[in-house]
Amino acid sequence: MEPILQVKNLTMDFGGLRAIDNVDLEVNQGEIVALIGPNGAGKTTFFNCVTGIYSPTMGDIMISADTSGSVTPDTPKRINGLKPNRITELGLARTFQNIRLFANMSVLENVMIGRHCRSNANIAGAVFRNKKTRNEEEEIINTSYQLLKDVGLEQFANELSKNLPYGAQRRLEIARALATDPFLLFLDEPAAGMNPLETKELDDLIKKIQLEKRISILLIEHDMRLVMSISERIYVVDYGKRIAHGAPEEIRNNPKVIKAYLGEDADA
Amino acid sequence: METVVAGIKSSFKNIYTGVWDFINLLIARSLRPEELKRSTLTALWFMFLTFPILVIKVNTVDNVINWYWARVVYLGVTVYFVSFFWRYFLEVKEHGIKAALDADPVDTSIADGLTDNGQMGALSARLMANKKFKTALGISLCAFAVAFPFMFSMYQTNIMTNALMYIVLGLGLNIVVGLAGLLDLGYVAFYAVGAYCYALLNLHFGLGFWAVLPIGAVLGATCGLILGFPVLRLRGDYLAIVTLGFGEIIRLVLQNWNEFSHGPSGIANIPRPGFFGIDLSLKSSIIYMYFIMIGLCLLTIFVVNRLQHSRIGRAWVALREDEIACQAMGIDKTKIKLTAFALGATWAGMVGVVFAAKSTFINPESFTFMESAIILMIVVLGGMGTIVGVIIGAFMVILTPEYLRGIGEYRMLIFGATMVIMMVFRPQGIITSVRQKYKIMKDKT
Repeated sequence: MEPILQVKNLTMDFGGLRAIDNVDLEVNQGEIVALIGPNGAGKTTFFNCVTGIYSPTMGDIMISADTSGSVTPDTPKRINGLKPNRITELGLARTFQNIRLFANMSVLENVMIGRHCRSNANIAGAVFRNKKTRNEEEEIINTSYQLLKDVGLEQFANELSKNLPYGAQRRLEIARALATDPFLLFLDEPAAGMNPLETKELDDLIKKIQLEKRISILLIEHDMRLVMSISERIYVVDYGKRIAHGAPEEIRNNPKVIKAYLGEDADA
Repeated sequence: METVVAGIKSSFKNIYTGVWDFINLLIARSLRPEELKRSTLTALWFMFLTFPILVIKVNTVDNVINWYWARVVYLGVTVYFVSFFWRYFLEVKEHGIKAALDADPVDTSIADGLTDNGQMGALSARLMANKKFKTALGISLCAFAVAFPFMFSMYQTNIMTNALMYIVLGLGLNIVVGLAGLLDLGYVAFYAVGAYCYALLNLHFGLGFWAVLPIGAVLGATCGLILGFPVLRLRGDYLAIVTLGFGEIIRLVLQNWNEFSHGPSGIANIPRPGFFGIDLSLKSSIIYMYFIMIGLCLLTIFVVNRLQHSRIGRAWVALREDEIACQAMGIDKTKIKLTAFALGATWAGMVGVVFAAKSTFINPESFTFMESAIILMIVVLGGMGTIVGVIIGAFMVILTPEYLRGIGEYRMLIFGATMVIMMVFRPQGIITSVRQKYKIMKDKT
């Protein structure tokens, strides 16, 4: 098992507030890892730091893989403070907790945007629409359509994305992230607001992405049934600190985790 | 041939029955008790309110009071119908034409013939889907455009050239505002840059129109980049304020830097475009200008259309929809914003050169904030992000005040009222932007 993402001593301050405090985290190739914790624990802030939306105060974020899927454990690359688009280009894609689709674009176009960083038609190409641009455009459309099929949304290809039902919007976000050819996918509460059936489908979809596309996944989730059933390892954070980490069974019985989620007995 | 004739005949018959059904449904709606009550009440209320000013007139010469009862009756009837149609159109806007005309919301069978977009909307959509009709429409439009300056007076040609200039300006601003969603209130600055570029280069170096046209475009794009850099981090209202300031700065510099721009007195005697060295009469130079603008217009439409449906155009729309998601999906925000500003400003620079050549005199007064507002109005009124919308918007905004000159002082009033009514009933603009449908070329399964 080769680590492809190593986060060491990550700390993020907002003025006097320490939102993340010395958190270590590792994702190995082909793994599904979950990051859990009570509300306000700093999970999404962690995602934002790693994907470049925030620039962390301290610590290192290292990746040792590239989009072709080859792992380079000897030459890790430090990605702190890079712009979000650079990080996506390097092969880390994400979805958002509160859905952030391009509401007035069609479903297919949403996925096509994901292909932007993997294509390079310029202004001249767009105006003269030469053979290279046409081929590239065709490739973008076909790849995007295939991804829509993978998440089961191909019949909505030409609908506006804001008209999709909630569960479908979540799946579209995943398809859009996959279009950027990532080696590691960050899912921020993918099952939030879904009914049990939709959650089950999501479970299958995430496993399918891991197996068929050989993409590692780091997810934040509150639905414990989903977390316990798909993740190989779990990290728990509370008040910005890592309080536990291990296999699902260990986490389930860890007193610190139970305390963070349920609080202590008054007489304990 | 016969089938075509039969097709046209049957479609005319369809239109006829469609219109007839529509009128019947409209009458049925007007006879609903609730509609009658509301229209009557509105009419009575207006009659009551305007009674003192419309009906009672004191004649101070003869010391008598004249009662104009007929006036209040006219007003009542007018208000009755206006209020009926006002409510009808509001309902059409909210729920579509079908719901507005159906007596019983449960039973939609009566108005089933009418689509949600209305009979005419469906008809035009069906016509536009027809390739033959499209080419026919295109050819006849081209023929009309070519024949226009020979059919109408010099004045008509001149205002049409003006409208064409605003189409290009509108399409340029449409890239920035309509596609990339960056509210730019200083667009006129680039227009001024183009105009002064031609005037000054001609004055000092004797460069001709055709030599300066590309220079104006490049200079416009450069200024777009210069404006783009400081405003990269701004959005919405803040961006609007800074761009507004930029527009004013350019104008004030031109106004006050006498040695450079000849100040408020402007630059006169700018030569018209050359035509292979032949001296043109005033009339033929106006026609020549018109055809230059037609060419520039076609070029703009072609380029903007291509850009809009390219990888870059999609990135602009994504930037408009959600900046953070756009960046997280691997789009370089800086690059795409600067591209939008530069490509938008290019067209303003080019039209600026044309403007200087057309009017042969420029001064800073031509580049006030009002110009920016008019161009923005064209984009918003026509429908943001649509090419056809911007064209219709430009014709409306530029030509309506011209054609209304006949009724003198009322023209601005009517113009203003049209704008208000537009914003009440169609806030999204005349043409609603529709996303492109893509053909899936090969299915892998």
